[in-house]
Amino acid sequence: MLTLTEGLIELDVKAKDAEDAIRKAGQLLVNEGLAEQCYVDAMVKGFKEVGPYIVVAPNIAFPHARPELGAKEKGVSLIRLSQPVVFGHPTNDPISLVCALCGTDSVSHIQMLQALADVLRDEEKLNVIMNIATSKEEILSII
Amino acid sequence: MKIVTVCGMGFGTSLMLLMDIQSIAKKHGYEVQGEAVDLGSAKGKVCDFMVASSEISAELNDESVEVISINNLLDKDEIEAKVMPIIQKLHQRG
Repeated sequence: MLTLTEGLIELDVKAKDAEDAIRKAGQLLVNEGLAEQCYVDAMVKGFKEVGPYIVVAPNIAFPHARPELGAKEKGVSLIRLSQPVVFGHPTNDPISLVCALCGTDSVSHIQMLQALADVLRDEEKLNVIMNIATSKEEILSII
Repeated sequence: MKIVTVCGMGFGTSLMLLMDIQSIAKKHGYEVQGEAVDLGSAKGKVCDFMVASSEISAELNDESVEVISINNLLDKDEIEAKVMPIIQKLHQRG
C-alpha cells in the first residue's frame, strides 16, 4: 500500500539535470520527515557512481539509497518534470517522472517498490500520472 | 535451475525482478531458484543465467552465462517474453 500524501507529490517541477531531479524528489522525503538530508546525498552519489540503473522503465526513474544511509520512515515521493531530463540510460531516456523511494529496511523498501510498480503498471493510472493529471488530488484519487 | 538478478545495489529492482520472474515461471509450472545481487557481487557468480536492466547488463559482458537484458522493469510481458524461452530451454536440457 502506497502512503502518498500531497506533501510527497509535486507537478511541473523544473529540473536542470538528473541530479537536480533526484534532489528535488528527495527533498520531498526530507520535508515530510521520512528521510535525512544525507539520504538525498546518498541517492545522488549512487546515481553518479553506479549509473542510471534507477531508470526502471521508459521515462521513469526510481532513485533510492540503502536504508541505513538516512531513511527514517518508509515512503515514496513523486515528481513530474515540466521538461524531461536525460539520465543517460540506453533506451529509456528522457525521464519525466521521478519517484524517490526510502525504506527503513530491505523488507519495507521492496514493499514500497512493489506498491509503486503495481500502480505504474496500470496503463490508465500511468497515463493519468504522466499526462492527464493537473492537480495532486487527481493523482491521489487514483492511487 | 538458478538465476541471478542484478541491479545497482542488489536490494531494490533486482529483488522485484527476481520475484516477478519466479511468479512468471511458476505460472508456467517451473520452480526457479534465484538470488538478487548488486553489480559488483554479480561478476563471476555461478548460475544458469542472469537477468538485469539494460543499463546494468552492458556491464556484464564478460560473464560465462547468458545475460538477459530488460528495458522496462515494470513490463511483465517483456520479462516473460525474454525469460521464459531460456527457462524452457534449460529445463529441456535437464
